Amino acid sequence: MTGYLLRRLLQAVPLLLGITVVVFVLLRATPGGPLSGYEGDPGITAEDVARLRQQMGLDVPTPVQYVRWLGAFLRGDWGWSLVTRRPVLEMIAERLPNTLLLMSVAFAVSLLLAIPLAVVSATRQYSLFDHAATLFAFVGNSLPTFWIGLMLVMIFSVGLRWLPAGGMYTLGEPFSVADRLRYLILPVTTLALSAATQHTRYLRSSLLDVIGQDYVRTAYSKGMRERDVVRSHAFKNAAIPLVTVIALELPLLFSGALITETIFAWPGMGRLFWEAAGRVDYPVLMGIFTVAAGLVILFNLVADVVYARMDPRIAYR
Amino acid sequence: MSSGDAISPPLAPAPAVAAAPVAAGRRPRGVWAIAWERFRRHRLALAGLGVIALLVVLTLFAPLISPYEPNATDLGSMLEGPSRAHPMGTDELGRDLFTRILYGGRVSLAVGFLAVALSVTIGTAVGALAGYFGGWLDNGLMRFVDFMLCLPTIFVLILLATLFGTNPVTIVVVIGGLRWMGTSRLVRGSFLSLREREFVEAARCLGAGSGRIILRHILPNSAGPIIVAATLGVAGAILTESSLSYLGLGIQPPMASWGNMLRNAQSQLVRAPWTAIFPGLMIFVTVLAMNYVGDGLRDALDPRKSEGSARR
Repeated sequence: MTGYLLRRLLQAVPLLLGITVVVFVLLRATPGGPLSGYEGDPGITAEDVARLRQQMGLDVPTPVQYVRWLGAFLRGDWGWSLVTRRPVLEMIAERLPNTLLLMSVAFAVSLLLAIPLAVVSATRQYSLFDHAATLFAFVGNSLPTFWIGLMLVMIFSVGLRWLPAGGMYTLGEPFSVADRLRYLILPVTTLALSAATQHTRYLRSSLLDVIGQDYVRTAYSKGMRERDVVRSHAFKNAAIPLVTVIALELPLLFSGALITETIFAWPGMGRLFWEAAGRVDYPVLMGIFTVAAGLVILFNLVADVVYARMDPRIAYR
Repeated sequence: MSSGDAISPPLAPAPAVAAAPVAAGRRPRGVWAIAWERFRRHRLALAGLGVIALLVVLTLFAPLISPYEPNATDLGSMLEGPSRAHPMGTDELGRDLFTRILYGGRVSLAVGFLAVALSVTIGTAVGALAGYFGGWLDNGLMRFVDFMLCLPTIFVLILLATLFGTNPVTIVVVIGGLRWMGTSRLVRGSFLSLREREFVEAARCLGAGSGRIILRHILPNSAGPIIVAATLGVAGAILTESSLSYLGLGIQPPMASWGNMLRNAQSQLVRAPWTAIFPGLMIFVTVLAMNYVGDGLRDALDPRKSEGSARR
């Protein structure tokens, strides 16, 4: 296992580097760019633009730019935003907790919903509950996330005026958990609904697979109660693929549900990316991409390891 | 000489085939016929298929169905609710919503289907080559797949859309180009197991070249999961396109697409909720129908299910 881990980690490095190269080049190829707003502006002379270009480090060839960026990045200097002039690391560190908050709550809610739904659904297959739950899963899967968000805003913020339509907390007011909760409810519901449908479907079909197995039948024939069978045997085994799926979804915790953050004006990483992309703010974009890609790679590895630990039938050479 | 044509085997085993009634003198039903029979038993899947067919027909014949032009503004009747003249109301520029839904449906459906066509083609090609030839090619291709999988999709999607512009072709390429990895893994797995089967060996003995074996023998037998993945992929692609358009990066106005209609509707949410409800409803119905069809296909094409098993 350690050998396998080491090998995977070693493979991860060139993978990550490769991604940063591709993204870097792609970004430089963008027609816009932080200086495009100045072209044709009569107030700015050509020398000023050239000077700005040199200050931003954009006057050297792309490979040189990349090497410079890489060197600085590895030393912890992630550059300054071309738009806000603030250190990239600081901007990301500022937004990251917000995204974490939103996504972890949404995740937790989704699992709280999905697990009981899936368990009851699988143990009472073909019942009314099962059909209803499956319908719910299908429906939830077919709704675009942003539409759910929009409809929620329409009903609860505009129509009923119970909940705020966006933002993270009431400006000017002292910190209060209740206030934060109010702002959390709608975005979390939007995200959790979509996620819960996926998780329910996965867990349900996985449970159905396990319940059909011989050892479960043996457990029943030994006289175990259904509740115990499910808890000690079925669920644990069925949870394995679900755990893998969740581990692979975890990077989303960080890149954030971009669209949801945009709809609800949630100050998170996803929105940061969106804002940076609009202004082609290279350093910020590189920072976010690298973090996101690194997390994907890391969590892929974690998923494999967890999967191997949970399922003793798997052995990695 | 003959290159193994005669040896096209039925889909893997046979409980389904064996159970098929064989009246005297009547050939046993082919695999696709059996699959169709099983599909027909899923009423929801059939309904889904009907809905999709209806939508395709409606959007194709849009000019015949609606008297309005999709981009014809009529500032005298802005933001009117559903009425006899405008069955789905009008938007903020007085354009008939129903017409825009139909024309927008053309775009959304076309983008969805084409993007999946692209992704399935790429995925199958990559998976087939990797699975059949193995070795270096397999390693290299799978590394590439891993690489693509590590790209944070939504970010790349946005980046590419910002970069290469927002005409429909680009959108199709971008969406399709980021979706093929799942299919490739599926196909690779399928090819890995199928290439060891006797019929492949037999074909090789008869002189069939690799290309022929792949295309004529192994591929048709892998078709089941690919079809299911493709169908579900269309659902996903339509959702992706609508999300992109909603963000402003997909199909640009004045060309209508269900996604960008929702984008326009955002500012009218209070005064004219129908501008948001109808496009969203269309997306929902289409994707739901595709999901049901895909589910039905999955059950119908799964060779492990015996003829008599009920729907899961």
